[in-house]
Amino acid sequence: MLSKSQRSIASRSLPRIATRDAVSSSRGPAVRLGLPHSVNTASSIRPSAPAPSRVRGFASAPEAVNTASLSSPLVSPVSRKPHFDKILIANRGEIACRVIRTARKLGIKTVAVYSEVDANSLHVQLADEAYCIGPAASSESYLRIDKIIEVCHRSGAQAVHPGYGFLSENADFAEQLASAGVVFIGPPASAIVSYPVLIKATHGGGGRGMRAVDSPAQFVDALASAQREARGAFGREEVLVERYIKRPRHVEVQVFADRDGGCVSLWERDCSVQRRNQKIIEEAPAPGLSPELRSELSKKAVAAARAVGYVGAGTVEFILDRDTNEFFFMEMNTRLQVEHPVTEMITGVDLVQWQLEVATGNPLPLSQSQIPLVGHAFEARIYAENPRNGFMPDSGRLLYLSTPAPTCTFAPSVPTRDDQNGGSSDPTLFTPPEHISTAITPSVRLEQGFLQGAQIGVFYDPMIAKLIAHGRDRVEALRMLRRALDEYRVVGVQTNVEFLRDLAEHAAFVDGDVETGFIQKHHAKLFPRPEEPTPEILVQAALFVVLREHPQVRSAASSSPWTSLASRRFGGDAYERTVTLQHTVEGSADDVQDRPSITVSVKSLPGAPGRFDVSVRTENGEKTFAGVSAEILDGTMLSTTLGGAVLRTTIVSQRAMAASSQMGEKLHVFHGSRRIALLVPPPQWLASLSASTMGAAKGTLKAPMPSVVVEVKVKVGDQVKQGDAIVVLESMKTETVLRAAADGVVRAVGCAKGDMVEEGKELAMITDVLEAESA
Amino acid sequence: MDDVVADIDAKLAAVRLGGGEKAIQRMRKAGKKLPRERLSLLLDPHTPFLELSPLAAHEVYPESVPSAGIITGIGRISGRECVIVVNDATVKGGSYYPLTVKKHLRAQEIAREHGLPCVYVVESGGAALPHQANVFPDKEHFGRIFYNMAQMSAIGIPQVAIVHGISVAGGAYVPAMADENIIVREQGRIFLAGPPLVKAATGEEVDEETLGGGLMHSSESGVTDHLAQDDEHALAIARGIISDLGKAGSLEVPPPALPEEPLYPASELHGIVGTDLRQAFDMRDVIARIVDGSRFREFKKEYGPTMVTGFAHIHGYPVGIVANNGILFSQSALKATHFMQLCSQRQVPLLFLVNVTGYMVGSKAERGGIAKDGAKMVRAVACADVPKLTVIVGGSYGAGNYGMCGRAYSPRFLWMWPNAKVSVMGPGQLSQVMATVSKDPTKHATLKSEIEEQSTALYATARLWDDGIIKPTDTRDTVGLALALAARKIGQDTIKGGYSTTWDGAGNGFGAFRM
Repeated sequence: MLSKSQRSIASRSLPRIATRDAVSSSRGPAVRLGLPHSVNTASSIRPSAPAPSRVRGFASAPEAVNTASLSSPLVSPVSRKPHFDKILIANRGEIACRVIRTARKLGIKTVAVYSEVDANSLHVQLADEAYCIGPAASSESYLRIDKIIEVCHRSGAQAVHPGYGFLSENADFAEQLASAGVVFIGPPASAIVSYPVLIKATHGGGGRGMRAVDSPAQFVDALASAQREARGAFGREEVLVERYIKRPRHVEVQVFADRDGGCVSLWERDCSVQRRNQKIIEEAPAPGLSPELRSELSKKAVAAARAVGYVGAGTVEFILDRDTNEFFFMEMNTRLQVEHPVTEMITGVDLVQWQLEVATGNPLPLSQSQIPLVGHAFEARIYAENPRNGFMPDSGRLLYLSTPAPTCTFAPSVPTRDDQNGGSSDPTLFTPPEHISTAITPSVRLEQGFLQGAQIGVFYDPMIAKLIAHGRDRVEALRMLRRALDEYRVVGVQTNVEFLRDLAEHAAFVDGDVETGFIQKHHAKLFPRPEEPTPEILVQAALFVVLREHPQVRSAASSSPWTSLASRRFGGDAYERTVTLQHTVEGSADDVQDRPSITVSVKSLPGAPGRFDVSVRTENGEKTFAGVSAEILDGTMLSTTLGGAVLRTTIVSQRAMAASSQMGEKLHVFHGSRRIALLVPPPQWLASLSASTMGAAKGTLKAPMPSVVVEVKVKVGDQVKQGDAIVVLESMKTETVLRAAADGVVRAVGCAKGDMVEEGKELAMITDVLEAESA
Repeated sequence: MDDVVADIDAKLAAVRLGGGEKAIQRMRKAGKKLPRERLSLLLDPHTPFLELSPLAAHEVYPESVPSAGIITGIGRISGRECVIVVNDATVKGGSYYPLTVKKHLRAQEIAREHGLPCVYVVESGGAALPHQANVFPDKEHFGRIFYNMAQMSAIGIPQVAIVHGISVAGGAYVPAMADENIIVREQGRIFLAGPPLVKAATGEEVDEETLGGGLMHSSESGVTDHLAQDDEHALAIARGIISDLGKAGSLEVPPPALPEEPLYPASELHGIVGTDLRQAFDMRDVIARIVDGSRFREFKKEYGPTMVTGFAHIHGYPVGIVANNGILFSQSALKATHFMQLCSQRQVPLLFLVNVTGYMVGSKAERGGIAKDGAKMVRAVACADVPKLTVIVGGSYGAGNYGMCGRAYSPRFLWMWPNAKVSVMGPGQLSQVMATVSKDPTKHATLKSEIEEQSTALYATARLWDDGIIKPTDTRDTVGLALALAARKIGQDTIKGGYSTTWDGAGNGFGAFRM
């Protein structure tokens, strides 16, 4: 029998059940009540029940609610308001995809917006509708409030999820949305606040528009640069200046508040390990915190949120002194943070779903004493950047992308208890409940915004993906993370994957001995001298080169012996190939210059197709492997039997780009946790043919990567001193200043403000004074 | 058999080293690739190479001339089978001995018969002057190379030359006669007379590069079409040229049947056929280790049993096999004649597996008309209008050599096993005959061993009486590649028929003139 109140829930959800999407969904009506876990429970209770149909959906709804009340003690469903029908996501990349997934889970339609360069990107493909809102530059697209509101009206979106970055903490945006009658999924405009660190763009985020200033002399330049970057990236140039604390831990508390005055802490995260003042690896809970300290941090964080009348997801950041455990309030971020998944993993909560609940006007689904803290989670941010070259951003196409298989899309649910059974019923105490469940399945989650073939451009943040690992404890989570990083393989852009792998293995990190200066402190160990490839790796690379040219016998019936008798030689002769390779350390100063050539000769054994005698000659001597068998399994997987060991290695070929200064082909050999790049040098004649067109004069400043010219500080004829700024470039929203290498005179300028320049483009030429005078 | 195969392998390994370490170092120092390196850069990766007569000129001249100073063979370039002729400059500067010319001409003959484009990898000082009388004047001498080039060009068989080094005097005509050619900058040189001769003739003093260097010929004289930076570049250009040949020459025809391995391993051939040719063996045991699925549909099995005839497939191509199982009698000859007529009618290529001591002699045989029946067989061999392949697996003596498609009957290819013998009659009989007809008994002692030596496969291959010695275990693949070549079809309709002195049969083609 349906009770009256239960009937009213069912009927309220009726309009959306009746939509085509909802009916075709196999989840049943409870999905649209925001109770995804309960549905699973319900169907497991009734395994023999036929697939839910529209009619059965009504009947099973109360059961679902009842079951839910056992395992997932939501605030009484009676008071719940329906979700939006359609929301707009004013963002791009992984966070846009992340929001779309939760919306889809809840049966909410999604609207994506995109800039011209993002037309084929993943978030556009995932959304139900997508609208172009302008050219690539953020200030002309993702920061255009007017266009976004226009799309809301066109598409009928009732609410906007801002993601992080862009307009996520822009009070103007929240206000304008409100006056347009669209719900901003975030705090009210009045609660979007900022508090001081370094020189930092008020509207910044992700470390951009932030400058640490070491001496007064640098202040003006740094200020101008931060403002410029902030203007470009966030449309606002206001900055804050703060005291710079040198040896802190960065600990932050995830808070969540609803419109009814409810406010909870979802525990803390440690984001201490940073580079360029930007987080790269985060974890929850923070290692080495006493329960008292954890409780204290949460208490302070919730108090801060309450103090400003906060609504929605927020993060209260603290600086924690490693030695004294003193902590200082730093700032409050009024958005969903990049690192929110680690909190989700340890609490079993979908924070985006909570945002939608709160924006709809519903109370928080859990009370403080019900919020679990289970296991330990890490997030590693994978960036297109070059760790060995000061973490300079990189751009390019993801020619090859192979990721670990995620074990979950959302955080696996953690069963929660009724109020009185676990934890403390005292709302002023912030202690996670003791958990009945110890059966945590270690899991890996992947949040990505790009697929293979996508272009990582110069216009936006260079983050490609986030890998999240969850385990019973910190050690297990870290092991999962390392394994996942091993399996994350990219060719096309430089990434920090190997660096993250080294970081995750570093003894101090494993011990939880983290601080914001971690990378500088352990620099030597984190950037080991690149290993030379072993002869076994060279053998595999050479076999790859040899085998991929093997003619494909399409069908035995139609192949002439000139095709099928591959490599056949007669009278004791044998088919032999010599492959020349050069080890290259990408991004390091010496790259391929002066690296010795390695020659590998591969001899086909007569009468034994697929078997070879291989000998490797390096400057350290020669090594021979007899009777090696090898085959290419698919385009990139080489299977080799070498010295009794069966090796399966992924090798990806990267052909030289037409415009690139580097010629020849690169082979990326993924060996364990390492990626070894081997250059197959082009034939000499190719180099000699193009030598005449390539010679670059000394004293020529070239663009180190594709970028936009922000400022040209000199003109032809100017006298410059060593270290003077000549050209300022911006790429991936990070500024680079090209400086004069020596005193001299500017002889030529090859760019102007606003130009888009390719990597290697000559921007200015400076010669010494004498040379200039005699010329 | 293992021993003779090992001996041949050792000799082949030696000639692959070319003209010696000193000459090799000299080429390397000049930044050049070695001849066999050039060859492998020219060929498609992982493709077979069917080398011709690698033991040519073996112990023929007082000095060692490995492979007669020239590497010839058939290989795949840019997906197309070509005849490749590579001068080996490590051997006497690549100069042409009489056998060098013969080997070059033989390669061209194979190209013409199969419609295969020719690529000449040139680095040669021209005719070996001490041998000029046996190199220059006759019909099948040096001049014939250029005649062949012109005629092949006219019937649409492309001629491509790469000049890697000196190409002087007569040699200058190889690139000059080619349809399209390449020269390596500051390395390749083409002139009719070198600087010393020029000075002697006209008093002009000039260096080699100015006189006939790559830049001059490519930019001024127009003798060359492509200027390459180095050997590797030149070979890459040549591969490009071959990929743009369009419909010229012949095109591959895939095998009509599914290729199948024989049921019996080829390695057993060493035990079946011995080096003592007086020991008989059943040729069917050889056939079973060569043909697809060891399937052989025998024709007239019970009639003339010293002759084995029948149909089979090798690497998917159909073939009619004519094989010896003893002395040729009248019946055997008639059976072979009948079978060859069938193959000619059905356009099935013929494979001769030769182990023949000759046609039967004696009054009974003569009265039975063995000469008449033998002649029928020889006529059938000469006139059967299908490609023929000959493999001498044992002896090939006397008129049996003719009936079993010896060199004079223009088989598309003729190979010998290392144990094979070829002569007018068995050395024993021959020395006996000589003893009866000759009056000087002092010569008889040496005669037998002399004749024995002259009948060996090594002696024959050194003089280019064959296209090379092949190992028994290589027979199936070698024949298969040749059948694939024989099956090729001409891509364009150039042969017009009619009474004509030219190969195109119409006299209206001149090939490509160099402008």
